[in-house]
Amino acid sequence: MLPTIAFYLFSGIAVGSGLMMISARNPVHSVLYLILAFFSSAGLFVLLGAEFLAMLLVVVYVGAVAVLFLFVVMMLDIDFVQLRQGMMQNLPASATVGLILLAELILAFTARNGAGETAEKVAEVAPMAEQTANTNALGQIIYTDYFFMFQTAGLILLVAMIGAIVLTLRHREGVRRQNISEQVNRDPKEAVVLTNPRPGQGL
Amino acid sequence: MEIGLSQYLIVAAILFTIGIFGIFLNRKNIIVILMSVELMLLAVNINLVAFSSFLGNLIGQVFAMFVLTVAAAEAAIGLAILVVYFRNRGNIDVEDVNLMKG
Repeated sequence: MLPTIAFYLFSGIAVGSGLMMISARNPVHSVLYLILAFFSSAGLFVLLGAEFLAMLLVVVYVGAVAVLFLFVVMMLDIDFVQLRQGMMQNLPASATVGLILLAELILAFTARNGAGETAEKVAEVAPMAEQTANTNALGQIIYTDYFFMFQTAGLILLVAMIGAIVLTLRHREGVRRQNISEQVNRDPKEAVVLTNPRPGQGL
Repeated sequence: MEIGLSQYLIVAAILFTIGIFGIFLNRKNIIVILMSVELMLLAVNINLVAFSSFLGNLIGQVFAMFVLTVAAAEAAIGLAILVVYFRNRGNIDVEDVNLMKG
Protein backbone atom coordinates (compact mmCIF):
# COMPACT_ATOMS: atom_id res chain seq x y z
CA MET A 1 0.00 0.00 0.00
CA LEU A 2 2.73 2.45 0.94
CA PRO A 3 4.70 2.01 -2.34
CA THR A 4 1.51 2.70 -4.28
CA ILE A 5 0.88 5.92 -2.38
CA ALA A 6 4.51 6.91 -2.80
CA PHE A 7 4.41 6.21 -6.53
CA TYR A 8 1.31 8.33 -7.10
CA LEU A 9 2.66 11.09 -4.88
CA PHE A 10 6.03 11.27 -6.63
CA SER A 11 4.64 10.96 -10.14
CA GLY A 12 1.88 13.48 -9.44
CA ILE A 13 4.39 16.00 -8.11
CA ALA A 14 6.71 15.35 -11.08
CA VAL A 15 3.96 15.88 -13.65
CA GLY A 16 2.51 18.88 -11.85
CA SER A 17 5.87 20.60 -11.49
CA GLY A 18 6.64 19.85 -15.13
CA LEU A 19 3.44 21.61 -16.14
CA MET A 20 4.23 24.52 -13.84
CA MET A 21 7.73 24.69 -15.29
CA ILE A 22 6.57 25.29 -18.84
CA SER A 23 3.82 27.70 -17.84
CA ALA A 24 5.50 29.72 -15.09
CA ARG A 25 5.68 33.43 -15.74
CA ASN A 26 9.07 33.91 -14.13
CA PRO A 27 11.98 31.76 -15.42
CA VAL A 28 13.43 31.57 -11.89
CA HIS A 29 10.21 29.82 -10.85
CA SER A 30 10.59 27.58 -13.90
CA VAL A 31 14.02 26.47 -12.70
CA LEU A 32 12.71 25.84 -9.20
CA TYR A 33 9.87 23.70 -10.58
CA LEU A 34 12.43 21.83 -12.69
CA ILE A 35 14.35 21.08 -9.50
CA LEU A 36 11.14 19.79 -7.91
CA ALA A 37 10.50 17.55 -10.93
CA PHE A 38 14.03 16.12 -10.70
CA PHE A 39 13.64 15.55 -7.00
CA SER A 40 10.40 13.62 -7.33
CA SER A 41 11.86 11.62 -10.21
CA ALA A 42 14.70 10.69 -7.90
CA GLY A 43 11.99 9.41 -5.56
CA LEU A 44 10.60 7.30 -8.41
CA PHE A 45 14.09 5.89 -9.02
CA VAL A 46 14.34 4.89 -5.36
CA LEU A 47 10.98 3.12 -5.68
CA LEU A 48 12.36 1.27 -8.70
CA GLY A 49 15.37 0.10 -6.71
CA ALA A 50 17.93 2.29 -8.50
CA GLU A 51 19.32 4.11 -5.49
CA PHE A 52 22.61 5.07 -7.08
CA LEU A 53 20.96 6.76 -10.04
CA ALA A 54 18.56 8.53 -7.70
CA MET A 55 21.46 10.00 -5.74
CA LEU A 56 23.23 10.82 -9.00
CA LEU A 57 20.13 12.66 -10.17
CA VAL A 58 20.01 14.72 -6.99
CA VAL A 59 23.73 15.49 -7.03
CA VAL A 60 24.19 16.14 -10.75
CA TYR A 61 20.89 17.72 -11.70
CA VAL A 62 19.80 19.53 -8.56
CA GLY A 63 23.33 20.29 -7.48
CA ALA A 64 24.91 21.26 -10.78
CA VAL A 65 22.67 21.59 -13.82
CA ALA A 66 19.73 23.34 -12.15
CA VAL A 67 22.06 25.71 -10.31
CA LEU A 68 23.74 26.46 -13.64
CA PHE A 69 20.35 27.29 -15.13
CA LEU A 70 19.51 29.46 -12.15
CA PHE A 71 22.84 31.23 -12.47
CA VAL A 72 22.33 31.99 -16.16
CA VAL A 73 18.72 33.11 -15.67
CA MET A 74 19.74 35.51 -12.93
CA MET A 75 22.91 36.70 -14.66
CA LEU A 76 21.33 37.72 -17.96
CA ASP A 77 19.18 40.80 -17.90
CA ILE A 78 16.31 39.72 -20.11
CA ASP A 79 12.90 41.20 -20.73
CA PHE A 80 10.83 38.09 -20.16
CA VAL A 81 7.50 39.77 -20.80
CA GLN A 82 8.48 40.40 -24.38
CA LEU A 83 9.58 36.80 -24.76
CA ARG A 84 6.17 35.56 -23.69
CA GLN A 85 4.34 37.38 -26.44
CA GLY A 86 2.66 35.06 -28.91
CA MET A 87 2.52 32.25 -26.39
CA MET A 88 -1.26 31.93 -26.55
CA GLN A 89 -0.95 31.87 -30.32
CA ASN A 90 1.17 28.72 -30.10
CA LEU A 91 -1.13 27.04 -27.61
CA PRO A 92 -3.67 25.26 -29.87
CA ALA A 93 -1.09 23.73 -32.21
CA SER A 94 1.20 22.64 -29.38
CA ALA A 95 -1.72 21.18 -27.40
CA THR A 96 -2.82 19.17 -30.44
CA VAL A 97 0.68 17.82 -31.09
CA GLY A 98 1.21 17.05 -27.42
CA LEU A 99 -2.09 15.25 -26.93
CA ILE A 100 -1.64 13.14 -30.06
CA LEU A 101 1.88 12.19 -28.98
CA LEU A 102 0.72 11.34 -25.47
CA ALA A 103 -2.15 9.20 -26.77
CA GLU A 104 0.22 7.32 -29.07
CA LEU A 105 2.80 6.72 -26.35
CA ILE A 106 0.22 5.49 -23.84
CA LEU A 107 -1.35 3.25 -26.47
CA ALA A 108 2.04 1.78 -27.29
CA PHE A 109 2.94 1.21 -23.64
CA THR A 110 -0.36 -0.39 -22.63
CA ALA A 111 -0.80 -2.52 -25.74
CA ARG A 112 2.68 -4.00 -25.45
CA ASN A 113 2.73 -7.72 -24.76
CA GLY A 114 5.22 -10.53 -24.44
CA ALA A 115 7.15 -8.72 -21.73
CA GLY A 116 7.54 -11.89 -19.69
CA GLU A 117 9.52 -13.74 -22.33
CA THR A 118 11.67 -10.69 -22.99
CA ALA A 119 12.40 -10.45 -19.29
CA GLU A 120 13.78 -13.96 -19.19
CA LYS A 121 15.95 -13.42 -22.25
CA VAL A 122 17.21 -10.04 -21.13
CA ALA A 123 17.91 -11.09 -17.57
CA GLU A 124 20.50 -13.57 -18.80
CA VAL A 125 22.67 -10.78 -20.23
CA ALA A 126 23.35 -8.91 -17.01
CA PRO A 127 21.37 -10.41 -14.18
CA MET A 128 20.55 -8.12 -11.33
CA ALA A 129 22.38 -9.37 -8.29
CA GLU A 130 19.87 -9.89 -5.53
CA GLN A 131 22.23 -9.90 -2.60
CA THR A 132 24.55 -7.01 -3.47
CA ALA A 133 23.57 -3.39 -3.27
CA ASN A 134 22.59 -1.46 -6.36
CA THR A 135 25.68 0.74 -6.28
CA ASN A 136 27.96 -2.25 -5.86
CA ALA A 137 26.41 -4.15 -8.75
CA LEU A 138 26.51 -1.09 -10.99
CA GLY A 139 30.16 -0.52 -10.19
CA GLN A 140 31.02 -4.10 -11.00
CA ILE A 141 29.49 -3.70 -14.47
CA ILE A 142 30.78 -0.20 -15.24
CA TYR A 143 34.39 -0.86 -14.34
CA THR A 144 34.60 -4.15 -16.25
CA ASP A 145 32.30 -4.57 -19.24
CA TYR A 146 31.59 -0.93 -19.93
CA PHE A 147 34.95 0.53 -19.05
CA PHE A 148 35.58 2.18 -22.41
CA MET A 149 32.08 3.65 -22.41
CA PHE A 150 32.77 5.00 -18.96
CA GLN A 151 36.02 6.59 -20.12
CA THR A 152 34.24 8.05 -23.14
CA ALA A 153 31.64 9.59 -20.85
CA GLY A 154 34.47 11.23 -18.93
CA LEU A 155 35.95 12.48 -22.18
CA ILE A 156 32.57 13.96 -23.21
CA LEU A 157 32.43 15.85 -19.93
CA LEU A 158 36.00 17.12 -20.42
CA VAL A 159 35.20 18.33 -23.94
CA ALA A 160 32.02 20.00 -22.67
CA MET A 161 33.96 21.74 -19.92
CA ILE A 162 36.67 22.99 -22.28
CA GLY A 163 34.04 24.03 -24.82
CA ALA A 164 32.06 26.03 -22.30
CA ILE A 165 35.22 27.78 -21.09
CA VAL A 166 36.40 28.56 -24.62
CA LEU A 167 32.96 29.90 -25.60
CA THR A 168 32.54 32.23 -22.67
CA LEU A 169 36.11 33.37 -22.05
CA ARG A 170 36.88 36.86 -23.28
CA HIS A 171 39.68 39.31 -22.86
CA ARG A 172 38.28 42.69 -22.08
CA GLU A 173 40.19 45.84 -23.00
CA GLY A 174 41.25 48.17 -20.23
CA VAL A 175 41.45 45.54 -17.54
CA ARG A 176 44.70 45.62 -15.60
CA ARG A 177 46.16 42.15 -15.30
CA GLN A 178 49.07 40.87 -13.30
CA ASN A 179 52.23 40.68 -15.39
CA ILE A 180 54.50 38.39 -13.47
CA SER A 181 57.66 38.74 -15.56
CA GLU A 182 57.43 42.50 -15.26
CA GLN A 183 57.11 42.21 -11.51
CA VAL A 184 60.01 39.78 -11.23
CA ASN A 185 62.27 41.89 -13.43
CA ARG A 186 61.95 44.97 -11.28
CA ASP A 187 65.19 45.92 -9.58
CA PRO A 188 66.10 48.65 -7.10
CA LYS A 189 67.82 50.75 -9.73
CA GLU A 190 64.65 51.68 -11.55
CA ALA A 191 62.20 51.18 -8.70
CA VAL A 192 63.77 53.58 -6.22
CA VAL A 193 64.80 57.13 -7.02
CA LEU A 194 67.11 58.80 -4.54
CA THR A 195 66.89 62.56 -4.40
CA ASN A 196 68.27 65.12 -2.06
CA PRO A 197 65.64 67.82 -1.59
CA ARG A 198 66.62 71.01 0.12
CA PRO A 199 64.79 72.10 3.24
CA GLY A 200 61.68 74.15 2.49
CA GLN A 201 61.69 73.40 -1.21
CA GLY A 202 60.29 69.96 -1.55
CA LEU A 203 60.64 67.97 -4.69
CA MET B 1 -3.73 -1.34 -7.39
CA GLU B 2 -0.38 -2.92 -8.10
CA ILE B 3 2.19 -0.61 -9.64
CA GLY B 4 3.55 -2.29 -12.75
CA LEU B 5 5.80 -1.31 -15.61
CA SER B 6 2.97 0.37 -17.49
CA GLN B 7 2.38 2.96 -14.77
CA TYR B 8 6.02 4.07 -14.86
CA LEU B 9 6.01 4.17 -18.64
CA ILE B 10 2.88 6.32 -18.64
CA VAL B 11 4.42 8.78 -16.17
CA ALA B 12 7.51 8.97 -18.39
CA ALA B 13 5.30 9.49 -21.45
CA ILE B 14 3.45 12.33 -19.73
CA LEU B 15 6.73 13.99 -18.73
CA PHE B 16 8.08 13.61 -22.27
CA THR B 17 4.93 15.16 -23.71
CA ILE B 18 5.18 18.04 -21.26
CA GLY B 19 8.72 18.61 -22.52
CA ILE B 20 7.59 18.76 -26.15
CA PHE B 21 4.65 20.95 -25.14
CA GLY B 22 7.07 23.33 -23.42
CA ILE B 23 9.23 23.61 -26.51
CA PHE B 24 6.23 24.50 -28.65
CA LEU B 25 4.75 26.83 -26.06
CA ASN B 26 7.88 28.84 -25.27
CA ARG B 27 9.27 29.14 -28.76
CA LYS B 28 10.99 32.43 -28.01
CA ASN B 29 12.53 31.70 -24.64
CA ILE B 30 15.53 29.47 -25.20
CA ILE B 31 16.15 28.98 -21.47
CA VAL B 32 12.77 27.28 -21.08
CA ILE B 33 13.46 25.29 -24.27
CA LEU B 34 16.69 23.96 -22.75
CA MET B 35 14.85 23.10 -19.54
CA SER B 36 12.18 21.28 -21.55
CA VAL B 37 14.90 19.24 -23.26
CA GLU B 38 16.23 18.33 -19.83
CA LEU B 39 12.74 17.22 -18.82
CA MET B 40 12.49 15.02 -21.92
CA LEU B 41 15.84 13.40 -21.15
CA LEU B 42 14.60 12.79 -17.61
CA ALA B 43 11.54 11.03 -19.02
CA VAL B 44 13.80 8.85 -21.15
CA ASN B 45 15.82 8.03 -18.04
CA ILE B 46 12.67 7.01 -16.17
CA ASN B 47 11.82 4.67 -19.06
CA LEU B 48 15.29 3.12 -19.01
CA VAL B 49 15.34 2.63 -15.27
CA ALA B 50 11.79 1.25 -15.20
CA PHE B 51 12.60 -1.33 -17.87
CA SER B 52 15.88 -2.13 -16.13
CA SER B 53 14.09 -2.71 -12.86
CA PHE B 54 11.17 -4.73 -14.18
CA LEU B 55 13.18 -6.86 -16.61
CA GLY B 56 15.84 -7.53 -14.00
CA ASN B 57 18.69 -6.24 -16.14
CA LEU B 58 21.20 -3.71 -14.87
CA ILE B 59 22.39 -2.43 -18.25
CA GLY B 60 19.46 -0.04 -18.53
CA GLN B 61 20.75 1.81 -15.49
CA VAL B 62 24.24 1.98 -17.01
CA PHE B 63 22.75 3.50 -20.14
CA ALA B 64 20.70 5.94 -18.05
CA MET B 65 23.97 7.06 -16.46
CA PHE B 66 25.44 7.82 -19.88
CA VAL B 67 22.29 9.72 -20.85
CA LEU B 68 22.74 11.73 -17.67
CA THR B 69 26.34 12.52 -18.67
CA VAL B 70 25.34 13.69 -22.12
CA ALA B 71 22.49 15.76 -20.68
CA ALA B 72 24.87 17.54 -18.31
CA ALA B 73 27.33 18.24 -21.15
CA GLU B 74 24.51 19.50 -23.36
CA ALA B 75 23.24 21.84 -20.66
CA ALA B 76 26.72 23.28 -20.11
CA ILE B 77 27.39 23.87 -23.81
CA GLY B 78 23.88 25.16 -24.48
CA LEU B 79 24.04 27.69 -21.68
CA ALA B 80 27.52 28.78 -22.78
CA ILE B 81 26.22 29.41 -26.30
CA LEU B 82 23.27 31.26 -24.78
CA VAL B 83 25.57 33.53 -22.77
CA VAL B 84 27.69 34.31 -25.85
CA TYR B 85 24.56 34.99 -27.91
CA PHE B 86 23.22 37.32 -25.24
CA ARG B 87 26.52 39.20 -25.17
CA ASN B 88 26.40 39.75 -28.91
CA ARG B 89 22.72 40.53 -29.33
CA GLY B 90 21.48 41.87 -26.01
CA ASN B 91 18.44 39.59 -25.94
CA ILE B 92 17.75 35.88 -26.26
CA ASP B 93 14.86 36.00 -28.69
CA VAL B 94 15.48 32.94 -30.84
CA GLU B 95 12.64 33.60 -33.26
CA ASP B 96 14.86 35.75 -35.43
CA VAL B 97 18.17 33.98 -35.17
CA ASN B 98 19.61 34.45 -38.62
CA LEU B 99 23.20 35.40 -37.92
CA MET B 100 24.47 32.38 -39.80
CA LYS B 101 21.98 32.73 -42.66
CA GLY B 102 21.23 29.03 -42.43
